[in-house]
Amino acid sequence: MLRRRTYGAMTLAGAWMLAACFAVASFAQEIKVPALVTAGDESAISTTGSGTATFYLVGPGVSRKSEVSLGQEIPLRAQDLRNAGTYTAIVCSGTCQNAVFYVSAAKPASLAFLVHPSRVPVGQPDAVSGVAFPFDQFRNLVLRPQTIHFQLTAGNSALLSREVLSQDGVAWFRTTSGKSAGLLQVNAALESVTAKRAVQQVASDPCNLRITGQRTPEGIVVQTEPVHDCAGNPVPDGTIVTFTAAEANGKSTVDAPIKKGIARAQMAASGPVLVSAASGVVIGNELRIEAQR
Amino acid sequence: MKFILPLILVAATVALMAVALVGPGHARGTVGIAAGSAVSGLTPKADTPQQALANLLDDVQRRNWDRAFSLVSKTSGSDEQSFIQDWVGSNGGLRAFSSLEGFDPRPLHITDDDAQMRVRLHWTTPVGPMEDVRDFHLVREGDLWKAVWPKSQATTVPAQVIPVTYLRWDLVSGTAEDDWGSKNIDAPHVRIISMNAVDSAEGAVVMGEVVNEDTIPAFVNVNAALVDGSGSVIDDESSFDKIAHILLPKEVTPYRIDFPNLSLKKVKNVRMDVKAALVPASADPVIGVMNQKVDSDVQGKSVLHGDLFNESGQTVNIPHVIASFYDNNGKVVWVSDGYVDRALLPQSSEPFAVEIPRALAATVHNFHVVVNQYSLGRS
Repeated sequence: MLRRRTYGAMTLAGAWMLAACFAVASFAQEIKVPALVTAGDESAISTTGSGTATFYLVGPGVSRKSEVSLGQEIPLRAQDLRNAGTYTAIVCSGTCQNAVFYVSAAKPASLAFLVHPSRVPVGQPDAVSGVAFPFDQFRNLVLRPQTIHFQLTAGNSALLSREVLSQDGVAWFRTTSGKSAGLLQVNAALESVTAKRAVQQVASDPCNLRITGQRTPEGIVVQTEPVHDCAGNPVPDGTIVTFTAAEANGKSTVDAPIKKGIARAQMAASGPVLVSAASGVVIGNELRIEAQR
Repeated sequence: MKFILPLILVAATVALMAVALVGPGHARGTVGIAAGSAVSGLTPKADTPQQALANLLDDVQRRNWDRAFSLVSKTSGSDEQSFIQDWVGSNGGLRAFSSLEGFDPRPLHITDDDAQMRVRLHWTTPVGPMEDVRDFHLVREGDLWKAVWPKSQATTVPAQVIPVTYLRWDLVSGTAEDDWGSKNIDAPHVRIISMNAVDSAEGAVVMGEVVNEDTIPAFVNVNAALVDGSGSVIDDESSFDKIAHILLPKEVTPYRIDFPNLSLKKVKNVRMDVKAALVPASADPVIGVMNQKVDSDVQGKSVLHGDLFNESGQTVNIPHVIASFYDNNGKVVWVSDGYVDRALLPQSSEPFAVEIPRALAATVHNFHVVVNQYSLGRS
């Protein structure tokens, strides 16, 4: 009976001592996180108190646990702070204390640059658009406003030069396509970082489609004059021109591709023939030919 | 008692074999395999025009060419080789991949020595069943009837050099570093320029035309979904082969989408969807469609017929004609298609005909024909 009482008193005293130790530790433990951390930079968290504690770091793509000494700084390695976002630091020694800090993106190291479309007919309003996203070297989107310089050049002439301040990590432009067919260089520059894209400007619909023709022993041969759009750009080879020859007892049609700027077709015909041409929804002139009977 | 069942089975087997040998023939031949001959002496004697024609076509079905040609009158002036070529085709044309599945003969005119028969020939082909109507002239020689098979004029192409400014589009997949947004090429821009939905005898039909508005070739397919009053999709189908899938820049093709056994009465809305993809393509061959005319054929049906003329230097093995028909207002009222069963040789022409439904023949005011082509060894 006496032995039981002795054990009970000892247990009670031990519990009191442990509680006192924890109480001392918890009052002493305090953590202070840095106000501003840049991705990829080393940093540190200061603590107060004494003794050992367990430190946890939880952030985007990072989860770390280590033993630390209270009252000393807890170093944060650069590789643990590569991803921008909100991090939580937790120090546990009996009770746990936590603090939240934010890691922002480093300086821009690359530009993701999307340009649409890859082909565009000339002279189309608001037809070319581009959007740029600045990223740091760790592929974090840079949300701080950045001045991005968009420049569009066709040949030697500049079509657009515009500085745009990014908002929430995005900067964009929209503009009219140029007047001449060919390659349109689209550049986005942010300090020393540049991204280049190319848009193929192509001729628009044929304009003033004109045909000529002559009779042959087998019928007629018809061909277009060099086919251009309304801005004078040659319509690309391969574009289909439909020739139609209407005569008294029927009609003949040939879908002929433009080759070297001209579409040409031979057609069976006899007697008077009315020839017309069309390309897509564009219609050309009509031509009357007296074919051999 | 125990022999009764085996005896019945043997007797039934013999009876069925006899029926198969002497019965009217609709035997199916396999392309490229000579099916062999029927037992000599069991073929009914060709003592009537109908029987002579049936014997001839049976042997053609079985590709028993010697026996078939023996049923051709010597007065025809045809030789066996050209007779065979008439039936099996040449130059990789559709006929070369087809098989005569059956036939329906009908007498037109018969005298004691002379007969005119019209036969509806049923072919199985890689592009589906096809029908062909052909008139046969038969004459009496002694106590037998024989068919007159005029020697066909095979298309001959003189040796020549045809200069071609080779025009082709190839696709190159980018090999640049993995830079987001640097390797995008937009799909070709195509547009449905007309659409019409009608009820036909076979079901609902959605048809119209599509244009490639881009400067590059496009592989095009048109899909349609029929939607009822509650917004549920009743059925969806694609244009399948009733469209010229590869469209060069500014090229226009008709399309037709069939919904068999469906009526538009249940349909509240039609959802159209045109898909276009980048595709390598060639601008050759150029095929002209000559002498197009709407007329009546021998059966009194309205058909658009004409001639396909191959303006290039390449053989077109299987030409496919797709025609759109317009009413007075320029609205597409029907789309028909048809395959030409003979190959289209360079600088030569082949006739074609596509049918117009009888109910629509009167409303057709204009038409537009495009030619799709399949050539062996080329995409």
